[in-house]
This record gives sequence, C-alpha cells and structure tokens, in this order.
Amino acid sequence: MTTQTLDSSAMDKSVSKNRMLYAVLLFLGLVAPLAIYPVFLMKVLCFALFACAFNLMLGYGGLLSFGHAAFLATGGYITGHVVMQWGVTPEIGILIGTLCSAAMGFVFGKLAIRRQGIYFAMITLALSQLVFFLYVQAPFTGGENGLQGIPRGELFGVISLADNMPMYYFVFAIFVLGFALIHRTIHSPFGQILKAIRENEPRAVSLGYDVDKYKLVAFVISAGLAGLAGSTKSLVFQLSSLTDAHWHMSGEVILMTLLGGVGTIFGPVVGAATVVTLQNYLSQGPLASWVPVILGLIFVICVLIFRSGIVGEIQKFAKKNFS
Amino acid sequence: MAELLGFPPQVLFGQLLIGLINGSFYALLSLGLAIIFGLLNIINFAHGAQYMLGAFVAWLGLKFLGVNYWVSLILAPLVVAAIGIALEKTLLRRLYKEDHLYGLLLTFGLALMIEGSFVHFFGVSGQPYSVPQALTGGNNLGFMFLPTYRAWIIVASLVICFGTWYMIERTKLGAYLRAGTENPQLLQAFGINVPLLITLTYGYGVALAAFAGVLAAPIYSVSPVMGSNLLIVVFAVVVIGGMGSIMGAIVTGLLMGLIEGLTKVFYPEASTTVIFLVMIVVLLVRPAGLFGKEA
Repeated sequence: MTTQTLDSSAMDKSVSKNRMLYAVLLFLGLVAPLAIYPVFLMKVLCFALFACAFNLMLGYGGLLSFGHAAFLATGGYITGHVVMQWGVTPEIGILIGTLCSAAMGFVFGKLAIRRQGIYFAMITLALSQLVFFLYVQAPFTGGENGLQGIPRGELFGVISLADNMPMYYFVFAIFVLGFALIHRTIHSPFGQILKAIRENEPRAVSLGYDVDKYKLVAFVISAGLAGLAGSTKSLVFQLSSLTDAHWHMSGEVILMTLLGGVGTIFGPVVGAATVVTLQNYLSQGPLASWVPVILGLIFVICVLIFRSGIVGEIQKFAKKNFS
Repeated sequence: MAELLGFPPQVLFGQLLIGLINGSFYALLSLGLAIIFGLLNIINFAHGAQYMLGAFVAWLGLKFLGVNYWVSLILAPLVVAAIGIALEKTLLRRLYKEDHLYGLLLTFGLALMIEGSFVHFFGVSGQPYSVPQALTGGNNLGFMFLPTYRAWIIVASLVICFGTWYMIERTKLGAYLRAGTENPQLLQAFGINVPLLITLTYGYGVALAAFAGVLAAPIYSVSPVMGSNLLIVVFAVVVIGGMGSIMGAIVTGLLMGLIEGLTKVFYPEASTTVIFLVMIVVLLVRPAGLFGKEA
C-alpha cells in the first residue's frame, strides 16, 4: 500500500483513461446478461458490492472487520421481512434493510473503535456471533429454515421483477450506485483522511483530526452498503438464511478482497467474481466437499506470496512496464 | 432440601459445575492465545482447529493404535505442538515483518484447511470417546452429584494454568519470555536465541490448546467443528480480560464460564450470548479490558 503523488497533467491523463475504462465496464455490465446466466451475474454483483463495502474499511481505513456477515444478513432478513409482512415495494424494502444495517454498523463501530488492530477484528467477530445467535432465536428470521419465498415484487409498484432480465438491470443499477458512492468516498477529502489514519494514526490525531469519528463514519457507510448487498441478494434468491450470518461469510468477504487486491477500487469486484465462479464450478464437481479447504489454501497463498492481490499485481506490472 | 434463590440446589450447582468446566476450557485456550500474542504479536486463529486436533489425535490413537487416555494426554499435545512448530517455522515466520493482521489471516486460512479436511474425512457429526476407567463414577457431595471426570477436568486445567503462570512469572525461562514480550531486539542483543524462543512459545501455546482438546474429548463428542465456535467465545473472553496478563486470562476464563453457567439457570435463552454481552459492557466501561495495561 503506497501513496502516490501525481503531477496535474498525469492526473488529467489518468482521469480520462479511467473514464474510458468505466465506460467500457458499464457497457460490458449492460450486455453481460445476453451472454451469461443472469442469476449468476446477480450473485457476482451482490458479492462484489459486499466486498467493495468491506474494502472501504480494510483497504482505505486499515480496519479489519471480521463481522461483516452480520450486516449482509441483517439487510437480507429485514428486507425479506418487510417485503413479506408489510407488503412494501422492493426499493422500499431494500432501503429499510440498508438503513437497519447501517444502524447496526453504528453500534458495532461505536464499540469496536474503542480498540485497535487485532482487538478490533476480534470484537467485530464476537459481535457478529452475538447477532448470529440472536437470529437463530429471533422469531422473524425463521430459524434454521430462514425466510423462504421472498417475493421480488414490482419496482415502484410498476415494473415486475419476477423475470431475471429486469431483476438483473435493477441489481446492476444498485451495484453501480453503490460502487459510485464508494468511489466518491475514497476520492473525497474524507477518503484522504481515512488513508492518513491507515498510514499513521497517531500523526492523524496530532494533525487535529477526530480519528474515531472518521472511523465510525467509514464503518457506517461500509455496513450500510454491505446491508444493501444483502438486501438485494435476498430479493434475487428470494431467500435469507443463517448462512449469510455465519462467520464463514465474514471470512469469505475477506478472502474476496484479499484475492482481488486490498485497497484497489476494482480488486474486490475481481475477487468476488473469482470466488463465486470457483464456488459455483467446484460445488458441482467431485471436489465439492473440499471447497472450504481450497478457500483456506487460497487464503494462505494470498497472505504469503500474493499480498497485492490480482488487481494489485496487475497495477504493479503495468507501472513497471508501461510508465 | 430447601430451594436456593427459587431453584433446586442440584440445578444451580449442576449448572455452576458445567460453567466451571467451560470456564476451565476458556482459561486454557485464552491462556494459550495470550502467550502466543505476547511474543508473536499475532492472534492464533488456528487455536480452535488445534484444540480439535488434540481431541482427534486422542480419538484416532485410541481407535487405531490402542493408545489410552493417559498416554494421549501427554502425546496428543506433543504431536499437535510439533505440527504447530512446523507451521511456525515454515509459514508464520515469514510474516513477522508484515502487518500483524496478516498473521491472523494466515492462521484463519490454516484453520479453514484443517477443519475442512477433517469434515471431509469424518463428517460433522461427533465421534464418542469414553471416559477412562479410573475416572468413571462420581461422588455425592450432599448438595449435588459430582462426576469424577468433571472434577478431574477442573483440577487438571487449574494445575496446568497455574503451572504455566508460575513458569512465566517465577522462573528464568519465564523471565526471558517476558523480556521478549517487552523488547525482543534487546533480548537478542543479550545473546538469547529469540527465534527459538518464539518457536517454542508458539509450540507451547498450541500444546495447551491440544491438551484442552484431549480433556474435552470424553465429555463433548470429538467433532471437526468443535473448536471454531468455541474459539469465537474465547476471543470475547480475551477482549474482556485483555491479553496483557497471564493471571488475567486464567481468572477471566473461569469467571466467564461461571457467568455462563448462572445464565443457564436464570435466563437460559441468553446463555449463548451472555459472554458477548459482558464484552460489550466491558468495552463501554473499561475499553482496555479488565486486566489490560494499554491506555
């Protein structure tokens, strides 16, 4: 993780280059469901948003949360509940789910930022386990069965999302919005201060920044977006279950981010796509029962020799050879 | 017999006993985590998997080689410690110069691998391990029935915990360890082989986990997932106690076990969550932990 200083002309150049890249990716996102099964794409997008939200904290704030499953699950359960019980439209359901996750993020954040580093990770893990046990017992989550048959409903009460194509474009729009919010956050003064805290917390304090407040805001944004991913996912699969709340899920999102590249904007997207593809592919083959072992192995390899991740390595390679 | 606080004393003391047993495991495991953290500055996420390995080595030993409980109690920690030392020497060692979070992530990956392989071969359902002959039966203490094996767990873990405390706080070797925790460079400059000390410390912490695993084998079934859920509770215990003090880890572990036992009597619904709730209260009141040193 290095800080780069660019002069203004290089900055302009990289901005225009980035614009091109974003336009191409947007186009690819729009045509992708014509070539690839939309449900698979939606799964990738949901997890990519989840990983991007997580990366905002780890990659830009240096905060390792081991409890992000709680936010994914909360979004999913709340959205499922309000859509089924209150009969609200999907966008309202998603909004409520997201807000609840953000509120939970506020509580988690308030508690966890009282400690740093490894303690931060352990506290978030313990809190998410608390949430897991609450969801096991709470009546509205459906216990072991989860919430099944959540209706996708009609967007704004008009557009039916029952078919996969309209659902895909809805999910894609949500992803783009979430991604844009993260992009904006990272490139704002707020994001710069967050990076400063990551690089040298005592120095950020001595410069007069209220470090805890910045961390808390980052935590709330990250939790809210993770909730957004969970809410959307519950509509896509019409299901919310305890799997989303389990600590394995918190581990998976770390793996996605690590594999794709911590602290890179596209890393989590690439990582999520890779992990989801791998899981889909392996779960049908003879190696199905080895999936956790393979994920663990990827973890170990990433930590030992591949710390920049896929996107990080590509960036390094490009920098060495093309500039 | 008269009721105590509105509950039959058998129920109350029975749950307290279970609490004390769980507390013994929390104490053994959080002690191991604290020792490893002190010198290596990493949180050993594989601790739960190593606890499970201890139980499995005992079970496999009995099943295939006829190794009895008493031998396993010594042998299993040694075997698992050897595996731990191999991991430390080949993998963990490479990360000491990196951010400490990488150590956590590496051991997390290792835990997934170990647990996943055992699930593949043995399934998630537990295997029974019978209580050794000498420790079967129990005594009626008048106010409750005390099974001998359960008493043994408490005695054995207390002996190991306080033995470890004595070794670290009162012996020359322990002094080196404390010096290494304080300032490893300086200790190395005095001619102590710090890398060796680190390896042995990791091995010892892992051995404690495996020892707890063998102790647990006869009362909980031996299952590949027995360690991971326990470990998260132990993390909460570690946050409550703070990792600065050896005695703190032991006392907090036992205390949390008792609190959990009491919760089972008075409000069973909260028994799985009470330790996490205590953690929240401690974070609000005393963020550094009950025995924590940092400001």
